[in-house]
Amino acid sequence: MTIHNMYIFDRYGTLLYYGEWNRTKQSGMSLEEEGKLMYGMLFSIKSFVTKISPLDPKDGFMHYKTSKYTLHCLETPSGLKFVLNTDNQAQGVRDLLKKIYAEIYVKYAIRNPLCGIGEQINSELFKTKLDAFIKQTPNYAVRAS
Amino acid sequence: MSRQTSRLDAKKVNSELLTLTYGALVSQMLKEIENTDDVNKQLERIGYNMGVRLIEDFLARTSSSRCLEMRETADKIQHAFRLYLNMQPTVTSWSSSGDEFSLVWDQCPLSEWVEMPSNGLKYCALIPGAIRGALQMVQLDVQCWFVQDQLKGDAITELRVKYIKRLEDAVPAGED
Repeated sequence: MTIHNMYIFDRYGTLLYYGEWNRTKQSGMSLEEEGKLMYGMLFSIKSFVTKISPLDPKDGFMHYKTSKYTLHCLETPSGLKFVLNTDNQAQGVRDLLKKIYAEIYVKYAIRNPLCGIGEQINSELFKTKLDAFIKQTPNYAVRAS
Repeated sequence: MSRQTSRLDAKKVNSELLTLTYGALVSQMLKEIENTDDVNKQLERIGYNMGVRLIEDFLARTSSSRCLEMRETADKIQHAFRLYLNMQPTVTSWSSSGDEFSLVWDQCPLSEWVEMPSNGLKYCALIPGAIRGALQMVQLDVQCWFVQDQLKGDAITELRVKYIKRLEDAVPAGED
């Protein structure tokens, strides 16, 4: 099982953080462009899912799967989006995302007064903590492409 | 998840430390800023900036979902007061349209041991600021002000919260 990469967006679509672990294919555009594309897609999927849903949607959009990978998305009531790409076997990614929110983002970005709200996270501490957290999850294991 | 939340809650500090630190902040501001109205404004702004961050902490701790109506919001604000200030304000005086309510308390750790000079200072102006900031992050635009204040000789402290509008989701910047 593998965790590929992760995006954190705020509610205005700003890419707050991008982390990469096992990614073997790059998109061929700048990170900024990629972030915009990703946010745009999430935004469209979100409104598509809520509009087309035959039942009252409670949680909205949570993940999609292709033949190669699964994209998981957690949106907090404050509009932050945590997006994680894993392989198709990964389990319990939603809880993992909630933990990243509560134990990494809130602890090391929100409680750090030097991390501006709605700005890119440049904190080294945040980066190391997130890396360490991802690497100790059972879903994380390096797999040669 | 519950195990994690309890671990987060472990850091408790004596409320006296908070009370005195806040008191020191206010008195310093009174020294530096002549006009008490400006002090009120600054306190409100500090509160706002705190609220903007505090909401994330609150959401992560309580893993609460988005509110569908103001009554839910009021309950959650009450919960937040218990969580952060260890006080239990009462929610009362709903307006008939249900978009306005009061939070009432008779003891607040922030204003303990405080005697007010009568110069129009709103000692606890931080609190309405924090509520406004926090709710703004969950797309609720509210107005928040003191109706009664014990420090000004009223029997209780009453904070009024009024719903203004729902802030809309931002559309991603257009593709050129």
